[in-house]
Order: sequence, then structure tokens, then C-alpha cells
Amino acid sequence: MSNANVRPAVALVSESPWVRRALIALALAFVALFLVVPLAFVFRQALGKGMSVYWAALVDPDALAAIELTLVAALISVPLNLVFGIAAAWAIAKFRFPGKSALVTLIDLPFSVSPVVAGLIYVLVFGLQGWFGGWLRDHDLKVIFAVPGIVLATIFVTLPFVARELIPVLQAQGNDTEEAAAVLGASGWQTLWRVTLPSVKWGLLYGVILCNARAMGEFGAVSVVSGHIRGLTNTLPLQVEILYNEYQFAAAFAVASVLALLALVTLGLKLIVERRMGSASLIGERFA
Amino acid sequence: MSTAYSVATSGHVLASLADRDFAIARAFDADGARTLNPPSVSQGPRRVLPGFALSLGYTILYLSLIVLIPLSAAFIKTSELTWAGFAAIVTSPRVVASYKLTFGASFGAAAINALFGFIVAWVLVRYRFPGKRVVDAIVDLPLALPTAVAGIALAGLFAPKGWIGQLLAPLDIAFTPAGVLVALTFIGLPFVVRTVQPVLEQLPRELEEAAVTLGASPWDGFRRVVFPAVLPALLTGFALAFARAIGEYGSVIFIAGNMPMVSEITPLIIITKLEQYDYAGATAIAVVMLTLSFALLLLINVLQAWTRRRQGAES
Amino acid sequence: MRLTFLLALAAFAAGVPVLSRAETTLLNVSYDPTRELYAEFNASFAKHWEAKTGAKLAIKLSNGGSGAQARSVIDGIDADVVTLALAYDIDAIARKAKLLPANWQTRLPHNSSPYTSTIVFLVRKGNPKRINDWDDLVKPGVAVITPNPKTSGGARWAYLAAWGYAQRKTGSANQAMDYVRKLYANVPVLDSGARGSTTTFVERGIGDVLLAWENEAYLAVKEVGPDRVQIVVPSVSILAEPPVALIDKVVDKKGTRTVAQAYLDYLYTPEGQEIAARNFYRPTLDTVARKYDKQFARVTLFELKDYFIDWATAQKTHFADGGSFDVIYKAQ
Repeated sequence: MSNANVRPAVALVSESPWVRRALIALALAFVALFLVVPLAFVFRQALGKGMSVYWAALVDPDALAAIELTLVAALISVPLNLVFGIAAAWAIAKFRFPGKSALVTLIDLPFSVSPVVAGLIYVLVFGLQGWFGGWLRDHDLKVIFAVPGIVLATIFVTLPFVARELIPVLQAQGNDTEEAAAVLGASGWQTLWRVTLPSVKWGLLYGVILCNARAMGEFGAVSVVSGHIRGLTNTLPLQVEILYNEYQFAAAFAVASVLALLALVTLGLKLIVERRMGSASLIGERFA
Repeated sequence: MSTAYSVATSGHVLASLADRDFAIARAFDADGARTLNPPSVSQGPRRVLPGFALSLGYTILYLSLIVLIPLSAAFIKTSELTWAGFAAIVTSPRVVASYKLTFGASFGAAAINALFGFIVAWVLVRYRFPGKRVVDAIVDLPLALPTAVAGIALAGLFAPKGWIGQLLAPLDIAFTPAGVLVALTFIGLPFVVRTVQPVLEQLPRELEEAAVTLGASPWDGFRRVVFPAVLPALLTGFALAFARAIGEYGSVIFIAGNMPMVSEITPLIIITKLEQYDYAGATAIAVVMLTLSFALLLLINVLQAWTRRRQGAES
Repeated sequence: MRLTFLLALAAFAAGVPVLSRAETTLLNVSYDPTRELYAEFNASFAKHWEAKTGAKLAIKLSNGGSGAQARSVIDGIDADVVTLALAYDIDAIARKAKLLPANWQTRLPHNSSPYTSTIVFLVRKGNPKRINDWDDLVKPGVAVITPNPKTSGGARWAYLAAWGYAQRKTGSANQAMDYVRKLYANVPVLDSGARGSTTTFVERGIGDVLLAWENEAYLAVKEVGPDRVQIVVPSVSILAEPPVALIDKVVDKKGTRTVAQAYLDYLYTPEGQEIAARNFYRPTLDTVARKYDKQFARVTLFELKDYFIDWATAQKTHFADGGSFDVIYKAQ
């Protein structure tokens, strides 16, 4: 079973070393220009005025509130989408039924919807001029312009991530082990908990990591439903925008650097999970 | 190498479910050896595995509550307009100009990513060089980095006084359509790389080697053996990058000039209409975007099915 | 799995806020450039209120484009008071959401505008392009920065100021439109809010002149330094009245009418007026105005009603779909 990590770099046939070097240089230049430089720029701007300014920006009450809100949004939406992802993957991978491809396309839908539209639809449903607005107001419940609205928008935007990671992984495995478990008398929950989930735990983790990264970083959808109340309904990305608009560029980039660090941690976790999953091809292999 | 979002980690099974037959679950590899029998899939009225009703029911319920019903609100609001009214809004000059920018820049960015993404994938799969692991990891940065952070970074970099803006001095990047192009290239970068990588990895070297022993140059080998094999994946990655770019807001809004008719993206027009209290107008444009996104999704699924069939043919 | 679900549900429920603890909360939904003003004012009023009644007060502030903020109020944000850029936006709240009476503007002095402002020019230090008045803005090679009138209240004031200047000078609305068309031909970037435009001009270094709220201009000079930018006051400009209002339905429901009314009244007191003046808003109280007279440049100010009748008319003629702004942009 060939595998990229093991394949010799020099094959029997290869293009001339100059072509190779040129391609490498081109690839590196592209990556550097579009990825590395912006990242460096964020950190440079953040630390440009010194560590004390940097730290002050992060312990500012509004920034702390933003961190808290971002964490709350992620801590609610990621588990909910995790449960959904498992349910959806179970239904789709383990059974045949008509309309399966339509279902999968629907699961994909939030991915292709513009964040602005994602926020807009929740305003249409829960806003004062929308479907439930009057009822909510009468009962003193707040959804839009409050934490629940932000959480909903985040759930929408990150909905597909876990499901889309799990489905192919579960499909590649097939049903043999689960059916064996069922035949041996295990209940559905036991099968799920003890047979299926452990075997896909890395794929699951991978989906959770991506879901979390997106949940903490969502901007457009949250911006529409947030209300921008300082210290209350601003997530970290919104706080970045606010600081940016207040001439506090070092502070804006300081908060942005927190998010950038989060992104780097996400990438690091991804690397670790990838190593554990073995190289690309081996997901199904492990259970043969 | 692992991929992000809808590209399967294994590279064997690409995520979409154009599930006609067993093919979707068939695992295969370059050796063509294992799994002669497709893994069984529970079917028919008597299902062996439990939990079908519960899992499917919950899935549909969740999807309905979070996605379908709210999305329908956009369509319902738009239905308050007459067809003529709807047409007038979505074909007004400013909106049409924004379509041209949004779709044009998205297409351009996806094309750039198709070219350079392919090169990056090639380089990562075929060559060894120092820092390769780092490059491979950092390709996913646009997926992990919040769009607002990308937005202010790119806007700062490409502004006339910015690091890169200064170097390109007579050329204006920020606040022009070119700026939009740059931002959209950034966010679409991982898609082509991650779609092409697994396919390149799985490509049997023997085919190329056979071509060369039969007298083809490396370039011919590439052109006639490698490229056709990779093409479906490349197109899929292109379509994914394109779909992602169309709706993008956070990273573009800081670097776009927002000039009506020139550098205004469609999501911004939606927001503008909202702020003019024109909900129906905003939803009308949203409906157009939703329909186009959905159509793109279907196209992507078809492309992925094609890729899978192609890969099946290789082994 | 059930446990996770229940936990998530509990967390979700806990997130539904009831903003009461021992203290009362007021929410002021305001437009873009007032961040500094209300940061200072809120602290002062909270102290004043506690001294007067012994009650602790938490005042929350939200900033954004005036139109966007009005939209939020219409969509249900619990604003006790709004302090926006133009009366039209508050009219929209009254008209579309019926959250306050249509005659709201008569309830407080000076058309409910405790402070006023105007539109001035901010230029680079040394004024290299020699921009001294409105006519200089349409010279070739001059890049003008101003926000998008469709989304920014300040931009609408600027648009009307430019139009008013031209109409005043030529006596003809057609020539005024011509002038404004040439002006906007010189605009390279349209941000959605006043603060965004200021950032574009000051921080990103785009453009030769910024059409700004007067208070924004002074603030910019204070923040980035007089060695980088300077203010040029045109010969004539518009009297910009950013109004404030109580949102009746909200305060009656929350029971905060007394304190919200006191909040707005405080804006008219000497203390409130001083805070406004210190933040470069023109105070309406004579005593304070005299005291801060030197701070503000002399400029002939015309009023909105001189050329545009009222906001509803101005909106329809210029900023609504198909209005003069759309016509200008279509032609370019």
C-alpha cells in the first residue's frame, strides 16, 4: 500500500531538477505571500507597541466579555453539532433509504450560504418584525441581539463540519462490526458507544476541531444578529472590528492575534490527529 | 494527507453521496487488492442495525429547525414581492454590477487557486524539501483563521502604505476589485490543494513510468497520464473554492472599496438593503444567492461522483 | 450523548439573559462617532444618578452606522434610548415598529438635538493639495473620502452639505446635482460608516481629503496628531442635528422610563453639555457654548429645511432607490 510519507522522493522518472526547484519555489512563494505574510503582519501589528499595550488590550473588560461570549458560543454549538453529526452519519452511512443524496446536499447547504444571509434568516424568524418577535417580546425572552441569537447563527454556520467528516469515514468502514455486535445482542446505544464511536474517534475529533475553529471565528452571520452591545453581545471577531474602528489598531491586532494563535493551535491539533489517523489511506484499513 | 471539509480524509471515498450503488463504500487502493466484497449496508424493511428511525428522525428534525425553516423565511419574505418587483430588484444595475464582481472575482480567485493550488499539491506530494511539514500544515490556515482577522490583515498589507502595497506601489490593490480577488484567493486556497493531494498520492507511478519507458517525455507523461487523472479532483477543488468565495463577507469587507457599480460585493448590498429597511429587497437578493449556491452544490456533488468513478477506474 | 445534550440545553437556557441583578441597566443604541462621547457621558450620568437616587446603574452602549442601528431597534434590540445621526432614522423606528410616537422630535428641546455638529474637511498636514473650500473637492486629481450615504448618516449630511453649497451658490438644483456628481467621481472608497471612512483616510493613508463630522475631525487630530492631519473649515456647511429619543415601548416594558428620561435630560444640563463640548460637539446651551467658543471654527451654517424641506423628502429625493445618489452612480 503506497503512502505519501514513505514514497521515495526520487522516482524512476522525474522532471529535471530545475523544473522541480522552480515549482517548489513557486509553491513556496505563493504560500508565503498569501499565508505566512498575513500571519506575520497580525503579530507584528499586535506587538508593535510593546507587551504592555498588548496585554492591556487583552484584559480590557470588553475584550474579556468577548472572549467569554466566543467560548460560550463555541461550547454550545460544537457539542450540539457533534450530536447531530453522529446521528446524521449513522443514518446515512449505515442504512439505505431514498432521498439520501438530497439529505447530504441539505447538510452541505450552510457551508455554501453566505454568512450575511445566515444572519438575515434568523432576524426574519426571531426579530421583532419577524415570525416570533412579538411573542418573544411579550414573554420577555431575547433571541436576536442576545446570546441565543449568536449561538443559533454559530450553530447554523458550523453545522456541516462534523457530519461531513464522519460520513465518509463511517461509510468506508462498512457495517460488519456493528452487525456482529447486534447479532451478539448489543443494543443500539451500546453498539454506537462501544463499537462505532471508538473506531472513528480520530475522524470525530478532526471534525470537532474544524467545527470549533469556525465557531470561534465566525464574523458575518454573528455581525448581523449581534446588536454590537459593548461588553455583552460582541464576540472576539466583532471586538476586533470594533477596536479597529476606534483607532486602537494595536489593540485590534492584539485581539486578532489571540484568534490567530487559536488558528495555529487548531492546525497543530490537526497535525497530531492526522498522525494518529495514520496516513491518508488507512482509515478503512484498520478495521479490515 | 488529510483534508478539510468535504474532502474525505482517506482520499478514497470522496464525501458526496451520489449513492447509486455500493460503489460509494467500496474501498480500494493502488494495489487493487482488498475488499472484493463491498461492505454490507443495511437495507430493506428488516434492518439489522437499530436506530434508523431515531437517527434519521433527529437528523431531519435538527436540519429543519436550524436550516430549512429559517431559510424558508427568506423565500417567504421574498414572496411578498410580485414577480415584477422581484425581477426589478435582482436585475437592477447596481445589483448586477455586484454579481459581476462577486462571481467574477470568485471565479478568478478559484482559477488562481486551481493553478497554484495544483502546484502546491504537486510539490507537497512529489518532492522533499525542508519545511515541507510546515507548509503542509499551514495550507489549512484559511480554514482555521477567522475571516475578520484575515480581512484586517490583508487590508493592512495591501493598502498603499502596507508592506506589500508599498512594493506594488503604482498598482492599487486594496479597495479595488483586485483587493477582493486577493481576499478570495486567500480563503479558497486550501480547497484545491486538499482535493488534489489525495488523488496525486494515489496515482500509480507505474503508469507514468510505463509512459516514459515507451518513449514519452516527462512533460508528455504529465500531460497525458497525470493531468487527466487529476482533472476531476482539480475541478472539484475549483468548484469548492468558487462556492466558498461567493458568499464570503468577513475577509472581503475590509479590503473592498465598496463603491457601488465598481467594488461592491453582493453580500454588502444585502446588508445595505437591510439598513434601508427594505427586508423584501434584501431577501430577494439572498434568494438569488441561495439558489445559485444550491446549484453549485449539486454541481460539486456530480463532480465528486465523477472523480470517484475515475478513481475506481484506476485500480 | 444524552448528558451532552442536556448540558448543552442547560447552557443554552442559561444564555437567555434577563439583565437584572441588583442594578438597573440602560441600553443606549448610538451611531458611529459617539464612542468617546458616551463613554465619558455614561460614567458621569451613572455617578450622578447614584448620588441622586442611591440606585446603581449600568449603562450599555452599542455603536454602528445610524441606519444599521435603527434597523436593530426595529428588529427588537432592547434600546431604552437611541442617539442617532439623523431624525430620519428615528422616524423610521416610529413608522415601522411603532415603538415611539411620531411626534417624538418635539418632546425635547432643539428638535431633540442636545448638541449639533457640522461637516468639515480633514486634510493631510500642510494641505498639499490646497483644499480650502467645496470647489476644490471637484478638482481633477483630488481624492475625496466620504462614506456611503445609503448606510451612513454622516455621509448623508455630507452629501446634503455639498448639494446645499452648490445649490446656494448656483441657485439651481440641476447644477447642484452636477457638482455632487463630480464630487463623487473623485471618491475612490465608500466605507459603510463614518468611522470606517476616517480609518481609511487616517490609518490606511487613502485620499487627500476626508468629509467628516466635525467632532470626528477634531478627534482624529487628537488621536493621530496635528503633525499628520489638519482641519479645514469650508466657507459654508450644514447644521447637522443628531437627535436623541426615548423608546417608549421599551422603557415602559422594562420600567426604566424615569431613569431613561433623566439620562436624556442630563444631556441638556451644563455637565452634559460640557462633556459634549469636550468631545467636540457644538453645545446648544448658551453658557457652555460661550465657554467653548474658541474651540470651534466660525462657519456659516444652513439648515436642512433651507434646501431639502425635511428628512422624509430628502431621503426620497436623494437616498432612496432611484434617488439622486443612484442616478449619479449609474452615470459613472
